Amino acid sequence: MDESRPIFLQIAEQVENDIIDGSLPEGSQIPSTNEFAAFLRVNPATALKGVNRLVDDGIVEKRRGIGMFVTQGARTRLIERRRADFATEYIRPLIVEAEKLGIDIDELAGLLRAERINS
Amino acid sequence: MTRTVVRASGLTKRYGSFTAVDAVDFSLEENRIYGLLGRNGAGKTTVMQMLTGQIFPNGGEIEVFGRAPAEHADVLRRICFIAESQRYPDSFHASHVLKAAPWFFENWDAAFAERLVEDFRLPLNRYIKKLSRGQLSAVGVIVGLASRAPLTFFDEPYLGLDAVARQIFYDRLLEDYAAHPRTIVLSTHLIDEVANLLEHLLVIDQGRILLDRDADEVRGSATTVAGGRAAVESFVADRAVIGREGIGGLASVTIDGRLSKADRIEAAGLGLELAPVSLQQLIVHMTGTDLRAGSTEQEVAA
Repeated sequence: MDESRPIFLQIAEQVENDIIDGSLPEGSQIPSTNEFAAFLRVNPATALKGVNRLVDDGIVEKRRGIGMFVTQGARTRLIERRRADFATEYIRPLIVEAEKLGIDIDELAGLLRAERINS
Repeated sequence: MTRTVVRASGLTKRYGSFTAVDAVDFSLEENRIYGLLGRNGAGKTTVMQMLTGQIFPNGGEIEVFGRAPAEHADVLRRICFIAESQRYPDSFHASHVLKAAPWFFENWDAAFAERLVEDFRLPLNRYIKKLSRGQLSAVGVIVGLASRAPLTFFDEPYLGLDAVARQIFYDRLLEDYAAHPRTIVLSTHLIDEVANLLEHLLVIDQGRILLDRDADEVRGSATTVAGGRAAVESFVADRAVIGREGIGGLASVTIDGRLSKADRIEAAGLGLELAPVSLQQLIVHMTGTDLRAGSTEQEVAA
C-alpha cells in the first residue's frame, strides 16, 4: 500500500484496474470486504469504504445476500474517466520533466514513437 | 446507528504535582478499532486504567456502556484489559489462565483460544514465570482475542513477540473482528505495523490529546517537500509547516494538508521531491521534543 493516499481509494483503484484490464469482467463478483481486509491486512471498515465508493460510482452493485458484482458498462465508463485524467496525470508531468532536460515537443514525440516500437 | 461505548470529558489524573492526564475529552464508538498512540509516559496506560475502573480519576467524567466503570460489575464484565506486564500467581500454568478466563468473560471461545495456543506455540503446562517474555505476551494476546469482550484494550501487547507472532496476532485480530465486531483499543509504539488495522487514531502527548481523527484522513495528510531551499520555501510559504530540516542550500520541510494535482505539478516544475509521511513519522513530528505541533489538529478541527 502506498503511504501517500487513503487506503480505501487504493482499494477502489485496484478493483477499477482489474475491471479495465479485464481480469474482473462485467457481471463478475468482486471479493467481499472481509476478504479484502484479510488479504490486504487492513481494517474492514476501510475496505468497506473502498467498496462503497465503487457502489456510489455505479461501478459495482450490491445484490442482497449474495455479494458485490461489476455492473454492465462499468469498463467503458472507467476508461472514459481515466482518459479524461490522462493529460493531467501523465502528460503534464512528462512535459515538465522533458522541459527540465531540454527535450522539445517534437523530440518528445519521436521518443514516444521509438519507445512504442521497442516495447 | 453507531453507539458510543466510552465517553470521557475533562478526564484528569494527577500523581502529586505531576499531571498524567490533563482534562481530556474523547469518545469511542461501538465496533471500531482505535489506536491509542503516544510516547512513553504520555498517559496512554493511565487513560486505559481509568476507563477500566482500575484507578480513579481526580477530575472529569467517564461513562463506559453508559455508566461509571468502577464498581459496576455489569460494565466490567464487558471489558477486557490486557496489560503490558500482566502478573499471574506463581503457581499458574498458562493452562490455568485459559481455564479461569471464562469465569470473567462471558463470550469466551475455548476453541478459538486452543487454535491461538497452537498458532503461538505456547507451552500450556509450564509455570508462567518460566515462560519467555514473548510467550508471556502470547498468553495476554490469546486471552484478549478469545475473550471477545465488547470493549477490549491491548496495552503494548507484544513485548518480546517475534515478527511472525506479531503478524499472527494482526491476522487473527482482523479475522475475528470481522466475524465478531467489537470495540478494540490498541496502544502501541509499533505504529507503522498496525497503521492499516486502525480505523481511528487518538494521539496523546504529555497527558493531552493531540489528534483525534480517522486513520484514513490522517494517511497522506502530510508530505515532505525536499529540494533547493529557495524553491522549497516558496512552495511551502502559505502552508502549515510541521517539521523543518536542512543542510546548506537544501531544505526538507514537512507540511500538513493534502496536495492537489496542481500542487504536484507545481512542485515538479520547481524541481522538488515530494515524499509521503508515514503515520509513524507524522507522530514523531507531532510529539517530538523540538516541535509542539498541536496547531495541526486545531486547524483541521476549525
